[in-house]
Amino acid sequence: MSENAVEAQDGRGDVIVSMQGVSKWFGEFQVLKDINLELHRGEKIVICGPSGSGKSTLIRCLNRLEAHQQGTVMVDGIELHDHMSNVEMVRREVGMVFQSFNLFPHLTVMENCTSGPLWVHKMPKAEAEEIAMKFLERVKIPEQAHKYPMQLSGGQQQRVAIARSLCMNPKIMLFDEPTSALDPEMVSEVLDTMTDLANTGMTMMCVTHEMGFARAVADQVVFMDEGEIVERNEPNAFFTAPKSTRTKTFLSQILQH
Amino acid sequence: MYADTVVEDKLVHKPKFIALLFVLSFVAFVFFNLTDTIFGHFLMPVIGDPATAGIFGRFAVAFVLAVIFTANIVAIGFLPTRYQVIIVWIELIALFLLFFYTFDLSMEFIQRKVWFMISQGVFTTLYVSAISIAIAFVLAMVGAVAKLSNNGFAFAIASFYTSFFRGLPLLMQVYLIYLGLPQLGWVIDAVPAGVTALSLCYGAYMTEIFRAGIESIPRGQWEASRSMGFKFGLTMRRIILPQAVPVIIPPTGNQFIAMLKDSSLVSVIGVWEIMFLARTLGTKEFKHLEMLITASMLYWMLTMVLEAVQSRIERRYRQKAER
Repeated sequence: MSENAVEAQDGRGDVIVSMQGVSKWFGEFQVLKDINLELHRGEKIVICGPSGSGKSTLIRCLNRLEAHQQGTVMVDGIELHDHMSNVEMVRREVGMVFQSFNLFPHLTVMENCTSGPLWVHKMPKAEAEEIAMKFLERVKIPEQAHKYPMQLSGGQQQRVAIARSLCMNPKIMLFDEPTSALDPEMVSEVLDTMTDLANTGMTMMCVTHEMGFARAVADQVVFMDEGEIVERNEPNAFFTAPKSTRTKTFLSQILQH
Repeated sequence: MYADTVVEDKLVHKPKFIALLFVLSFVAFVFFNLTDTIFGHFLMPVIGDPATAGIFGRFAVAFVLAVIFTANIVAIGFLPTRYQVIIVWIELIALFLLFFYTFDLSMEFIQRKVWFMISQGVFTTLYVSAISIAIAFVLAMVGAVAKLSNNGFAFAIASFYTSFFRGLPLLMQVYLIYLGLPQLGWVIDAVPAGVTALSLCYGAYMTEIFRAGIESIPRGQWEASRSMGFKFGLTMRRIILPQAVPVIIPPTGNQFIAMLKDSSLVSVIGVWEIMFLARTLGTKEFKHLEMLITASMLYWMLTMVLEAVQSRIERRYRQKAER
């Protein structure tokens, strides 16, 4: 495992996401406190932490679903600020998978997947469908293409959501607790899909409590608490020798069962 | 509505309830004294001349009616739901016609005028309503987006618009537009004035319907759509509105039905729609009631057609949702 990490360390690409001194407040409450974080091309980072620690907010700042108030966020050389054109450029390069799937219920699985290529990239329909089919095969549900999202199980819906994001040909994939809303027996099918995706070299940032996934896939594990990055390390060291007491407490709580 | 799975004895077949029904209807019929009506005439062989039948006649008529009424309800109780609905409808219509029959209306006059009422009146009512609802639809769409926007200017205009046009009686708006605009040097015909008033007023009501419909779509749909790089307009058009339409359709249908009848208000400025014709045609020959009842029936029939259309559309959307 550690060898993998070292390899990734060696083969690190350039910095694709950087957050410098990022702070954010909801009213009086500071959710993000001076966050500094870098993500390299091809790197996989898992963010964990207790609920309310700001991890979802952090990941949502990367495609400006939330606005930060201090510091800079750069994604693939584009700075995210109040200019809509920048934001839209970044959003086209960043795929996002949500806890609650957020598939478009009035469109079929195929239409969900082709919507981005058709409406944003203005691709011809045949080509868009070809791409959609390729990714539906990758997430192993090509046979569901003409069903509606509501006819699928939670795990299948989340895999469609992943395929939908991939159809936009993103450079980075963000996952915001992708398995938290799933029935237990469906968690592994989604994690398998994400692992396959990681093996293709995709740059990924994932908020999750699935520590098995973190161990197997992540190059770095980041632990957040109360809006701060408390600890950051490669997974083996993170799980076997956590430095901070807060990390130790958290890990003992979630690994207890 | 939710139907319970428990099968109870039918209420209308419980002796206590039947007795209660009988007593109540008997008391009611005695109270209203129906001796001198058509019912009294039917019972002439028993009670003699209704005019002189007195208290005996009154009780006899009430008793017979109460028996018929109670027996009728108990009998209907045996039928399957579908037939119950049909029979109750037919009985209510029969009672209704009986009620009109007592007015002693001139059918000949109605027959003479009804074709003109339909060719001119119904036609005008329909096209005025249809144009108005179409414009109101567009106004409502713009209004709803403005009301939901963060732009203070847009919000202020939209909220002023809805507040004003929902706050004034429609009749007042019709007058204000028809009589007020010429003051600004812009003479406006009756039909355009009526259409303007109706569309502005209903646009204001429908703005609120559209706003609620758009707001009913979960935030996640916006987030997913925006995070894929869809622009605001695209998100609205392809993602949010298609999902909001099934929520918007039933109340919009209601608004259309309401507008059809409120279009009668533009008769005050001389648009030749159903209400206007009913009044003018009736006045000439002092047959007000004939024309008013004809107009009422025409409105009712139009409404029934619209209700049928509305329930069809709703059913289609429901099937779509259940796929």
